[in-house]
Amino acid sequence: MPGLEDLYREIILDHYRAPRNRGELPVPPAHKVEGFNPLCGDEVVLYLDVDDGVVRDVRTGGQGCSISQASTSMMSAAVKGQPIDDARQLIRAFKALMSIHESKLEGDGEPDEHALDGVRLGDLEALQGVVKFPVRIKCATLAWNTLEQGLDESSTTTV
Amino acid sequence: MSFDVARVQADFPILKRQVHGKRLVYLDSASSSQKPVAVLDAMDRLYRESYANVHRGVYAISEEATAAYEGARARVARFLGAASPSEVVFTRNVTEAINLVAYSWARSHLAAGDVIVLTELEHHANVVPWHILAAERGVELRWVPLTDDFRLDTSNLGRLLDGAKLFAFSAASNVLGTINDVPALVDAAHAAGALALVDAAQFAPHRRLDLATWDADFVGITGHKMLGPTAIGALWARAELLDAMPPFLGGGEMIRDVRQDGFTPNEVPWKFEAGTMPIAEAVGLTAAVDYLEAIGMDAVAEHEVDLTAYALRALEDRFGDRITIYGPRSVEQRGATISFNFEGIHAHDISQVVDEHGVCVRAGHHCAKPLMRVIGVAATTRASMYVYNDEADVDALVEALAAAERFFAI
Repeated sequence: MPGLEDLYREIILDHYRAPRNRGELPVPPAHKVEGFNPLCGDEVVLYLDVDDGVVRDVRTGGQGCSISQASTSMMSAAVKGQPIDDARQLIRAFKALMSIHESKLEGDGEPDEHALDGVRLGDLEALQGVVKFPVRIKCATLAWNTLEQGLDESSTTTV
Repeated sequence: MSFDVARVQADFPILKRQVHGKRLVYLDSASSSQKPVAVLDAMDRLYRESYANVHRGVYAISEEATAAYEGARARVARFLGAASPSEVVFTRNVTEAINLVAYSWARSHLAAGDVIVLTELEHHANVVPWHILAAERGVELRWVPLTDDFRLDTSNLGRLLDGAKLFAFSAASNVLGTINDVPALVDAAHAAGALALVDAAQFAPHRRLDLATWDADFVGITGHKMLGPTAIGALWARAELLDAMPPFLGGGEMIRDVRQDGFTPNEVPWKFEAGTMPIAEAVGLTAAVDYLEAIGMDAVAEHEVDLTAYALRALEDRFGDRITIYGPRSVEQRGATISFNFEGIHAHDISQVVDEHGVCVRAGHHCAKPLMRVIGVAATTRASMYVYNDEADVDALVEALAAAERFFAI
């Protein structure tokens, strides 16, 4: 049975206690997007300054558990300054990181390793322990789903 | 006239198991209660010995099943103090009971501009059906606010109820533990010419519910919170209201006649019971009600009041200003449901860490988001106690919370 140390790695607690990139950006030019976890009430607010195919700046807000808020902080640090394509690749890789164990647990299918090919997850790998606590996976993915939504919206609203 | 908790605990098989190598400490009964062996046996016995569909077969076991199912209705009616079993309509739960009223009574009696009064401490089950109706019919919703002590502020109730057609409120809050003065609220509704609907999901398991004292018009209860199985609950309503209400769900059982050009509904209560009903669950609910009344609802209440006083004191003594309790501090008119937060630690993280100690609590918005907005938090941790909990469970909670505090200490 997984222990708490699998879930609450020190790097996660560090991001929770001292979240990176907290704050707001003027809208417009930044795009604001909100994500909710309807089951538990977690909330993530992202301000995305996307310009010329690059995520120039990210600011985050919202409230929730340590996993959702640490994941938001780590995500913001990982995609800030990155080309949109790289950010999208990171989203896919992170979701794969979360779902690989799901498919292993269910014992069917091969994990989608291609999503992780050539992607450097760095600190984000600390969140891998979350998959041992299936109820908390949605806490970890909330920020990433919100980012994906924000990138989709900003690509349709900006020329 | 309290009872022997150890003997009660022995009746609940699940309490013998361990979680994470620790004794299971179940403190989430406001969400759903555990089941005594008497309930499990009653359902098992029906399936093994007397199971068939009800009201249909002209053979011995179908008649036995029908007698058991209708016996459950009579048993629930007696438990509630109903004038007649025909005033008890089986539903899946209170959510379905309230939706039945919203779709049947409200849609045939309310029009644009009519007013429904709710309170700020309602569960979504007593909010969303009315939002759906409001969007569809232009009905106005008004809200009875809370006091600083997490009780209903009735100082302006007369004005809120002015012109209202329905006052729908909980007998007891699933978050705050607050128990409302149901007879006074029903009186206020009637004085304003409104009907009164009482969500008794959090009341019926814990206090003696006497319909004659309440004098309400609609009351919903749910079995799974009162030691019974899931998917069986009841709507009680005045016979003349049920008679005048159109059917809700259409299908088998609820009809007297069906022709190519239409149908004639069955009599109440069957008019509202479409399709094959949860027969074994109704039998399980009978056993649950028998079990509760064998203990005695007054003894249940007394046990919970004592335990609540012990828990409130233990939490305050141990954590002082670091814990915020959302609910009345006095045990008068208060149930054994205690919501709280710790500064700087999210409810989900608390819940995760105390689970490691075998302690089951609920974390989140408890299906009461309007209330969470009023008290200004996104989530709380909630410990809720019942007949099988004791002071050792409270002590285990306190130790587990202290461990969570240490774990997240900066």
